[in-house]
Amino acid sequence: MPKVENTVRTRTVTAIRAVVATAVCILFLIPVIWMMMTAFKPREDVISVPPKIFFRPTLEGFVSLFTQRSTLTRMQQERLERDPNLGWADRMMLQRGLKIIGPSQYVQRLVNSVIIAMLSTIAAVVLGLLAAYAFSRFRVRASADWQFFILSTRMLPAVVVTIPIFLMYTQIGLNDTHLGMILLYTVFNLSLSVWLLKGFLDEIPREYEEAALVDGYTRWQAFRKIVLPQATTGIAATTVFCLIFAWNEYAFALMLTRERARTAPPSIPTVLGTAGVEWSAIAAGSLLFLIPVVIVTFALRNYLLRGITFGALRQ
Amino acid sequence: MDQAKSTREAFVSPTVGVHHRRTLSDDALRRLFLWPTLLLLIAFNIFPLLYSLGLSFTDFSAIANQPPNFIGLQNYRDILGDPQLWVYFRNTGFYVVVSVALETLVGFGLALLLWRKFRGSSLITTLILTPMMLSPVVVGLFWKLIFNPNYGIFNYLLGYPPGRGPDWLGNPTLAIWAVVIVDVWMWAPYVMLLCLAGLSAIPDYLYEAAEIDRASPLFTFWRITLPMVAPLLLIAVLFRTIEAFKTFDLVMGLTGGGPGDATELVAVNLYRIAFPNWQTGKASALAYIVLVLIIGVSNIYIKYLNQIKGD
Repeated sequence: MPKVENTVRTRTVTAIRAVVATAVCILFLIPVIWMMMTAFKPREDVISVPPKIFFRPTLEGFVSLFTQRSTLTRMQQERLERDPNLGWADRMMLQRGLKIIGPSQYVQRLVNSVIIAMLSTIAAVVLGLLAAYAFSRFRVRASADWQFFILSTRMLPAVVVTIPIFLMYTQIGLNDTHLGMILLYTVFNLSLSVWLLKGFLDEIPREYEEAALVDGYTRWQAFRKIVLPQATTGIAATTVFCLIFAWNEYAFALMLTRERARTAPPSIPTVLGTAGVEWSAIAAGSLLFLIPVVIVTFALRNYLLRGITFGALRQ
Repeated sequence: MDQAKSTREAFVSPTVGVHHRRTLSDDALRRLFLWPTLLLLIAFNIFPLLYSLGLSFTDFSAIANQPPNFIGLQNYRDILGDPQLWVYFRNTGFYVVVSVALETLVGFGLALLLWRKFRGSSLITTLILTPMMLSPVVVGLFWKLIFNPNYGIFNYLLGYPPGRGPDWLGNPTLAIWAVVIVDVWMWAPYVMLLCLAGLSAIPDYLYEAAEIDRASPLFTFWRITLPMVAPLLLIAVLFRTIEAFKTFDLVMGLTGGGPGDATELVAVNLYRIAFPNWQTGKASALAYIVLVLIIGVSNIYIKYLNQIKGD
């Protein structure tokens, strides 16, 4: 008897919990959903009072994000309107009395972000993998101290490290260069990549390699043919964590880049703010920036705990 | 002839030689694997830190084109004697304590809610985790729109008629709370994730025993759940404290330190001294003060992390 009573009660409690959790989840997602909506809103709907939930979606925000425009006089506008060769984006801007004169700076900065994030991630994962293997399989003098040092570099505030690095980069001509940023992000990601990968490598039994070594494989062959294939999941998870950091990084980019190597995060607030606040363009820029991260979060959901604790904890 | 002979000799060398070569190559491989990483870390962390320690005793300015003059502890004296800077430290302290406390409460609450599985619970968990993966500066920027007193959705959802609600980012008392709210939104999921890990590690038999003993739910929570989660909760709190102390991106995106200096945190001010103002020497000194504080907390954090990992 008490058993039945118990399950009924448990079920009710679970149901209540599910309802509350769903409500909280929706509450948490409102800002993200709101941004998605804003990205597709026409200008006047963004600042409508009260806030509009239903609207006619438009790509205006994306067009203003990616293009530079000049203001047209009434006459120029009328002349252009008769032009049959106008694309849809040109027409959209023409209605606002603007002419698209070329791609915006944001395009270049997004390209910079992609280049810097990808190359620095590859470097951090490759170097991190080698170091992690050494820590995991070889006897390293003062191993614990080195690992402690590697992790502690992650705790330094960006601004503290940036002042001397700025001076150093000025001396050797690395300020505002892709190479400079790639190096910096590589170093910053190394701590995470070494710790995470060491955790993954520690889980691969040594016996496989030892058997291979006995069979006449060299250490390098054993590493490449035995360890690497088994570490692919770990490498993939680490890669994604490094990518997210490099992709989101703001402080270093703000202080060490100006024009040539500037990435997207420091330019979303500044470039777009010049011609009044174009919220739909800002939202469009943010959205494009967030989509990869959200997708990746889902792909990584089973490794998130590992990633945020530097491999110390696993689910 | 000679050459051919020596080649053959090298090939048909005795097994001892092979063995010798392998241990040697293990050693070489270890160095080859390890040193690129260590050298990079030393070049980009140790060297800069020593460099800026030196600069912190000078009046150097990175754009003045003058060699640094040694001024001893003057920078440190200026900083510690500057009442304005204490305001920034107080802002930071308030922000760190309040946001970490709220994150702990909200995160732990969420973890208790999502702990026992129900249909859809893992999807909900993942969805709640998304804010923490986003770029803080972008997050700050779009919350600016959300907080807007006229057309923002925040006041609207709180039920204020348009334009009548509080101006979150324009009011000096509320602005720091606005930063706290966004920080909690972003990072309570982090605490939640660690707490979930702690909760799922509690063995079921403890609860079964408690049930047999007819322990009250409150007693069970107080005596089983909380102590078992405590180590991971502490990790979360420590890490969030370090990170909150370093907060820079979020404030730059959301308030830029304003209105006035209501949300000017130490890290933001440090950036201002170093870059727009170019007081490199003074900035280095402040950086060192911040660094010492952070290293203190980080050490506890890393030790604790290692300890838990060792279990």
